[in-house]
Amino acid sequence: MTERADRQLEQRSHVSYIDKSREYYQAQGFEQAYRWAAFDQVPFTRPSKLMSESNVAVVTTSFLRHHDSYFGAPATDKVVYFHPVADVPDRMFTEDLSWDKQATHTEDTESFLPLSSLQALSDNGVIGSLNGRFFGVPTEYSQRRTGLDADQVAEWCEQDGVDVALLVPL
Amino acid sequence: MVVGSARDIVEEAGVPRFVFVDFPLGNPCGKPGAQEMQRNIVTLAINVVESSIAPRTTVQASQRWGSDDWRDAFMAVGDHNRDALRAAGKRRRAHQAAAR
Repeated sequence: MTERADRQLEQRSHVSYIDKSREYYQAQGFEQAYRWAAFDQVPFTRPSKLMSESNVAVVTTSFLRHHDSYFGAPATDKVVYFHPVADVPDRMFTEDLSWDKQATHTEDTESFLPLSSLQALSDNGVIGSLNGRFFGVPTEYSQRRTGLDADQVAEWCEQDGVDVALLVPL
Repeated sequence: MVVGSARDIVEEAGVPRFVFVDFPLGNPCGKPGAQEMQRNIVTLAINVVESSIAPRTTVQASQRWGSDDWRDAFMAVGDHNRDALRAAGKRRRAHQAAAR
């Protein structure tokens, strides 16, 4: 207990990635700090169906194939996509994303793209179904472009009759 | 519903529902290979979709990573890497300029 509370001497209970990334890119000589998305108004809708009757889709920031990436910058040739859940490769392309490459790895796709977990919940009747395709979006510097990708994913979700979307950023 | 590990970024943006998994970035749905943990985290997310009553609902998953070293180590800036970071930034800016 004491050991855990000792952490408060150094930092808050959770890591602040806004602080960390600001300091990191400042140290790299980038003068403008990134302004993260920040909304005063947040929408909210209660589900219209029971989870046991709901069709659930996953939205990921990982990609299917290798994309070019330089110096850890996001690959530039990634576009919003969909893919059948029945055909998930053993590995997803995540190398250009800012996950913690020292502490962990992404070789188990279920650790960030939980299709088998959701299929199991569907088999057990906890959710109605796992949607037939999952969706992927690039992690854009531009929030405007992310908004356009969101519109596209929303359109695909509507086409598929998705009731619940699980957004899982790495 | 967002399942993620960067609490401040998600809460700053503001989302209807958020399951916060206090792990190093990369495995928000549970440790690699830990199937039961992964199922439990996803089950929690589904339960939160069903039970939340207002936007900006954050629920912290109870799962623990098992060590805390990663908290300081990730994107660390110090005397040990200041020169290397500056050089890396310079390379990146040169690449960005060339790509324009």
